[in-house]
Amino acid sequence: MAGSAATLDGTAAGARPRRRQNYARRYWWFVVPCGAVVLGTIIFPWVFTVYMSMHDFKLGGAREWVGSANYVKLVSDERFLLSIMRTLYFTGLSVVIPMVLGLLAALAFARKFPLRGLARTIFILPMMATPVAVALVWTMMFHPQLGVLNWLLQQVGLPPSMWVYSPETVIPTLVMVEVWHWTPLVMLILLGGLASLPIDPYEAAKIDGATPWQAFWHITLPLLAPFLVVALIIRTIDALKAFDTIYVITQGGPGTASETINIFLYLQAFAYYNLGYASAVVVVFFAIIILLAMVLLWTRARVKDA
Amino acid sequence: MRKVKRIAWNIGFGFGVVMLVAPAITVFLWMLSLSLKTELDNTDYPPVFIPNPPVMDNFVQVFERNNFLKYAINSVIVSFSATGLAILLGVPAGYGIAKMKATKAAVVILIARITPGLSYLIPLFLLFQWIGLTGTLAPIVITHLVITVPIVVWIMMGFFEGLPAELEEAALVDGATIWQAFRHVAMPLAKPGITVATILAFIFSWNNFIFAMVLAGRETRTLPVAVNNMLTFEQISWGPLSAAALLVTAPVLLLTLLAQKQIVAGLTAGGVKGG
Repeated sequence: MAGSAATLDGTAAGARPRRRQNYARRYWWFVVPCGAVVLGTIIFPWVFTVYMSMHDFKLGGAREWVGSANYVKLVSDERFLLSIMRTLYFTGLSVVIPMVLGLLAALAFARKFPLRGLARTIFILPMMATPVAVALVWTMMFHPQLGVLNWLLQQVGLPPSMWVYSPETVIPTLVMVEVWHWTPLVMLILLGGLASLPIDPYEAAKIDGATPWQAFWHITLPLLAPFLVVALIIRTIDALKAFDTIYVITQGGPGTASETINIFLYLQAFAYYNLGYASAVVVVFFAIIILLAMVLLWTRARVKDA
Repeated sequence: MRKVKRIAWNIGFGFGVVMLVAPAITVFLWMLSLSLKTELDNTDYPPVFIPNPPVMDNFVQVFERNNFLKYAINSVIVSFSATGLAILLGVPAGYGIAKMKATKAAVVILIARITPGLSYLIPLFLLFQWIGLTGTLAPIVITHLVITVPIVVWIMMGFFEGLPAELEEAALVDGATIWQAFRHVAMPLAKPGITVATILAFIFSWNNFIFAMVLAGRETRTLPVAVNNMLTFEQISWGPLSAAALLVTAPVLLLTLLAQKQIVAGLTAGGVKGG
């Protein structure tokens, strides 16, 4: 990078970049301590997981090289494949709904109205609250006989639901908790985007007699597109990783009806102690996340060009 | 006519805002309500909404029947250590990365943000067993660094990149070492950034469940794990459960209310989230 810049400059192609580099290298020591910790707690686990995934790893320390056997087993493990499907189902809903609601909320909070600060603070409380604590309260609200949610349904004339106690409704119910929890983050990212939009196009549109709806559709949405993509990427990754609330509320149940990849991984590793097999799950799971993130980043690059 | 339309629109907008805020406030108020009612009222149907009279028994029970105080102390130790260490390590690192324009380092941090927390646990779990750290708080603090360090580095990196370089350069010309320039010029300027990073790292460490869930023994549980255990063992005593849940999350809710400006700024900039 520095080299090409200097050649473009035409002069002192050799000397200047080197001095520049030495200058930068002096800051190396600022990064070293933190780098050591990152190496130990973040990079070592990545590498070791790949190593473990190629072994039959038992808790006592016994290990045996099995090559790709864990991966071969995964591909034919119906329970794992179903957990992928459930994860995608859960993620799809947990991305689309917060995106729509988050956009609506951001548009609302971008306007000035009385008590706006207070309303916004309350709105972001769910994402700061301790997931386990919140999940407990939801669990009590889902109780089929005594829960407050079925009472609410009754008040508006709807039949009671089994919520997390039936295989059909468990995932939509968990999505509801996820939406409640993480819509605020989408809202904050989009609110930041709205605040950065230029004002001129709106004035021009007003002069041209555009309706508010036309202004939203033809000005706000295209200008907001990069922020929408960032929110989409973050939301997708977080939804794929969802664990705490699902684990606390259902532990993957009833049966395996809400067993997502993360729950499957947890059970394999820390309930059955199939550490090698679980490591293979981690590698595959990680690949899925990176793949989706790359697709979304590619979308982002295209949005930026357009 | 126009005025009528305007009023109607305002009412509609107000209703919309109430609908946006209602789910959030309802869940927290219900948590509060459950924690202040007797067991009889909590299992009554139709539900009793306003505790009459409010009772503190549930909170008393939480402290009497569980090792709640001990777990609270554990949580405080873990979150403060993990946040403090992350600041100590991450602030200079963010500075160094910003100065060296080391984009590759930034990518590592980004991938760390993407990786599911659970996937760090298997290797670290084994590692702690081998070196015999299980049964102490150390493994929990160390794993919490996985959350706090990326948050701090990410925020500080962005913050230092945004600072004008002239002041430090002037200090360097005057004969200061780069460490002095960092310590006495850049760091004071970056105080708002450090505040944001500290608050967010603390909250996400405090809220973290999975690391302590796997690594903690009876004596080393953090609050989220302790509360989850209460659910498993006391299926239907909702009062104490809600009281415990409220106690666990109250510190972060208070912190959010007090520092909402910084939190909003930090989250909007980086989209950071732990775990």
